[in-house]
Amino acid sequence: MLEFISRIFGKDSSPSKNVAKERLRLVLVHDRTDISPQLMQALKTDLIQVISNYMEIDEAALEVSLDSSENQIALVANIPVKGMKRSGKVAPTGA
Amino acid sequence: MMSEVIVVTSGKGGVGKTTTTANLGTGLAAAGHKAVLVDADIGLRNLDVVLGLENRIVYDITNVTDKQIPYRKAIIKDKRYENLFLLPAAQTKDKTAVSPDQMKELCDDLRQEFEYVIIDCPAGIEQGFKNAIAGADRAIVVTTPEVSAVRDADRIIGLLEANELRDPKLIVNRLRYNMVKAGDMMSIDDILDILAVELLGVVPEDEMVVITTNRGETVVQDDKSRSGQAYRNIVRRMNGEQVPLMDLQEGGILKKLRKFMGMK
Repeated sequence: MLEFISRIFGKDSSPSKNVAKERLRLVLVHDRTDISPQLMQALKTDLIQVISNYMEIDEAALEVSLDSSENQIALVANIPVKGMKRSGKVAPTGA
Repeated sequence: MMSEVIVVTSGKGGVGKTTTTANLGTGLAAAGHKAVLVDADIGLRNLDVVLGLENRIVYDITNVTDKQIPYRKAIIKDKRYENLFLLPAAQTKDKTAVSPDQMKELCDDLRQEFEYVIIDCPAGIEQGFKNAIAGADRAIVVTTPEVSAVRDADRIIGLLEANELRDPKLIVNRLRYNMVKAGDMMSIDDILDILAVELLGVVPEDEMVVITTNRGETVVQDDKSRSGQAYRNIVRRMNGEQVPLMDLQEGGILKKLRKFMGMK
């Protein structure tokens, strides 16, 4: 009943156990792989570098994480784009 | 003789490994199985006080693994249950006082005499954990319905499997039915979804555990308590019986009355 009332008032959109379960699920995706936070950070840095060649992105808001569903692990990147590079010139790729 | 060496482990501390070990051991002994409980938590000895045997310790596990005495001399027989025995941990040494090889040898000696050898594993994943699992045939993982405990249980299950201890069984301890019902505690299904292991039993949160432990007794012998019933069910499952999960609903007076009158 209490739960019902608090939901009407929009306090808890989801029961806390759902939050717990979802957080746990994501943390275990990382735990179960051997990917260290340093490696994820390095990947993030490289991603920023590559994508910045083509568009302006919000580096601070960039999120890169692992997720899983049905025994498959996915790399999920959320990259807010601030603007496209107008020059139309593709930056040299270094190689 | 069919004999099993079972390690009770969890990763996280404070989830009820020692209480579980004491109750399963007592329950098995009361059901007629000769059981020895080995406290592998060297330096943080606790199984003795939980069992109410703290005043009877003369020797400990390190005296046995160092070959100073035969294990029979160090083992304490519980006077209340003729089938229950304890091999206490050392209190003044540390986890390095025993090696995995010594532990393995000890377990193999004990399995000649006892039907069940139950090892109370220390918290953590370091040397103490490695020692405790070295001689085990199978493992019981204890967790509570909290993110920290479940996360550590997952890590422990991975480490057990890496050490050839496959198919560990799970005990979910201290479940609060009313919180689960309100959506504020992960349910058994939620936990099993995440951990993907076989469930051995669920023990409800019960103040009788605290009360019996205060007295150096185990709740498994308390016929009226719900946690005692849960432990007795687990003991029966360990012996191969199919026992359904008990009704975890916390019985109010009305419900009890209805049950009494056969209305369920």
